[in-house]
Amino acid sequence: MAELLFWPALLFYGEAAVGYLGDVRRPGVPGRAAIWGVRLGWLAQTALLGVQAAREDGFPWSTWAGSLNLFVWFVVTVYLGVRRPYRLLGLAVMPLAAILLVVARAGGGTGVGARSHYSNLFLVLHVGLVLVAFAGFTLAAALSAFYLWQERRLKRRAVTILRRPAPSLATLDRLASRTVLVSLPALTLGLAVGLIRLLNDGERVDAVIAATAVTWVVWAAYLVLRSTRGWTGRRAAYLALAGFALVIVVRLALPAAHFA
Amino acid sequence: MRLVLVGTSHHHAPVELRERVALDREQGAELAARLAAAGGEAVCLSTCNRTELYVAASNVEAAERAAVAALAEIEPEVEQALYRLRDHAAALHLFRVAAGLDSLVPGEGEILGQVRAAYEAGTTATLLDRVFRQALHAGRKVRAQTAIGESPASVSSAAAALAEQVFGDLDGRSILLVGAGKISEQAARNLFSRHARIAFVANRTLDHAEELAARFGAEALPLERIEEQLASADVVVSSTGSPGLVLDAPTVERALRARRGRQLLFIDLAVPRDLDPAIHDLDGCYLYDIDDLDAIVSETLAGRRGEAERAEAIVAAEAEKFREWQASLDVVPAIASLRARAEEIREAELRKAEGLLGRLDDSQRRAVESITSQIVNKLLHLPTVRMKQAAAAADGVIYAEAVRHLFGLGEDER
Repeated sequence: MAELLFWPALLFYGEAAVGYLGDVRRPGVPGRAAIWGVRLGWLAQTALLGVQAAREDGFPWSTWAGSLNLFVWFVVTVYLGVRRPYRLLGLAVMPLAAILLVVARAGGGTGVGARSHYSNLFLVLHVGLVLVAFAGFTLAAALSAFYLWQERRLKRRAVTILRRPAPSLATLDRLASRTVLVSLPALTLGLAVGLIRLLNDGERVDAVIAATAVTWVVWAAYLVLRSTRGWTGRRAAYLALAGFALVIVVRLALPAAHFA
Repeated sequence: MRLVLVGTSHHHAPVELRERVALDREQGAELAARLAAAGGEAVCLSTCNRTELYVAASNVEAAERAAVAALAEIEPEVEQALYRLRDHAAALHLFRVAAGLDSLVPGEGEILGQVRAAYEAGTTATLLDRVFRQALHAGRKVRAQTAIGESPASVSSAAAALAEQVFGDLDGRSILLVGAGKISEQAARNLFSRHARIAFVANRTLDHAEELAARFGAEALPLERIEEQLASADVVVSSTGSPGLVLDAPTVERALRARRGRQLLFIDLAVPRDLDPAIHDLDGCYLYDIDDLDAIVSETLAGRRGEAERAEAIVAAEAEKFREWQASLDVVPAIASLRARAEEIREAELRKAEGLLGRLDDSQRRAVESITSQIVNKLLHLPTVRMKQAAAAADGVIYAEAVRHLFGLGEDER
């Protein structure tokens, strides 16, 4: 059943990614098809997560691949929430969602039968909060990338700038910072829950925890420099992309050690 | 009922003539009511680019003559510049007007509101209600499904649209005007209409600055005080007659320190240019001169023309729907008579069977009523659909006559 739901989710996310690309070239039908792709893909993935949850006694996304599956769902959910005025964000979000879903499947995160020795409450709080935060950072990075693209068009004085208007620089900058403002406390709480568990079990800090702490510092710096030094616009966007690179590192490169 | 359009527009009459037949809302409503007095319907659409009378009447020739006479009465010279359209052609024209396809600047959005206002002020019933509501629908559809109205068509509106690309909503954004001439004023009006705040007007001659500043509730400044306002302004629009630069990059760079990363947009509408081109290289600064804006406007107008083709297809489809609906009106009386006759027969047969039905209780009686009604409806459903289809294919009148003949409809009245 889970297998049956994975393919429509991937298919619709892929269709949405292609649709958004087509919408840039010729706005209209491809954009509308993309939006439906996001909606239907999200429904299929939600059903997939529901099946996984129903088949497990405990928290079904405790493996790195399982958590990646949940992470993709959070990213698409957040995107659906802000989609209306920032439709073209889908151009960044949906290909990423499709690729990460494939990676999650390759790691066995879209099937059923995973087991964890951790308690449900701990996993819900720790994994849930960290993934929500990472989803927020992903969106903030997508907004920042969008900002840099729009800024480049303005600097190059692209003649198509008004024919193919995008969200304004100020709006993209503001929305990215607000997303970080919500995501950072979630990461802080998620990390705190993990650290408490670590101390109780007398375990050592591993590479993933260290990398996540560095990620936290970068995103905290994003907010601090913004309010104290006026780091907005291009500089803030580059910092957001650096923070997102760390999110990717934590998500993809190191989880094997953390989940072992 | 037939549809008649008589009018003139920027395609057929110069502004000197158009302005003589331009009517305000009350005058238009009055004229429409007068034309509709003989039992018809009428709407007067009058804007700076057109004055058009839409009349629905049974006698098209008489309606057309009355509309021409009404406009000629206002200005006799206009008669030579009038166009006359009927039915499908008139509807198609109205749909094109509502979609902005017949406008001086294709895709302009104001016309849709003007069409709505004219419709609301008109004397309308079945036909004009339908054609105007469908025109408004076509106009909205064109705007929703094409990008025809999204791009600006003048340098000053392009400047305002650029400001929106940087700042989003311009509500409360602070504008510094450098120069107090016509071009500055035009740019200011465009920004002001988007709720930007014209905060300062700087000019070499302070009197001129004060005069323009008073119109927007702004503060007038001498040119020497521009630098101190750069820290707070969001958009600088410059259009002076100065032979040299009015603002150089080092001056702007100094002001940026106080701005804490906030973007600053410079619009240079002057020739020779007022603003140092190196300003564009500063972080967070964007400078567009008149050539840049011209290039953007040319590109967007080219885009509008491309979108116009898609818009024409939408409008044509809507006009076709109207044609089908109007044609179906030919068979409506026949369908109504047929249904009335069937109902008459059903009721008569039920009355004949009163002796038997009298023994039935209420629920059984209701069941009999319901069954007989359903039989009648089912029998008449297909002929009704087919007659409407035939009407859309222009055979409606023949079918309607055949139905009248076969069922003896209207014979009692003859």
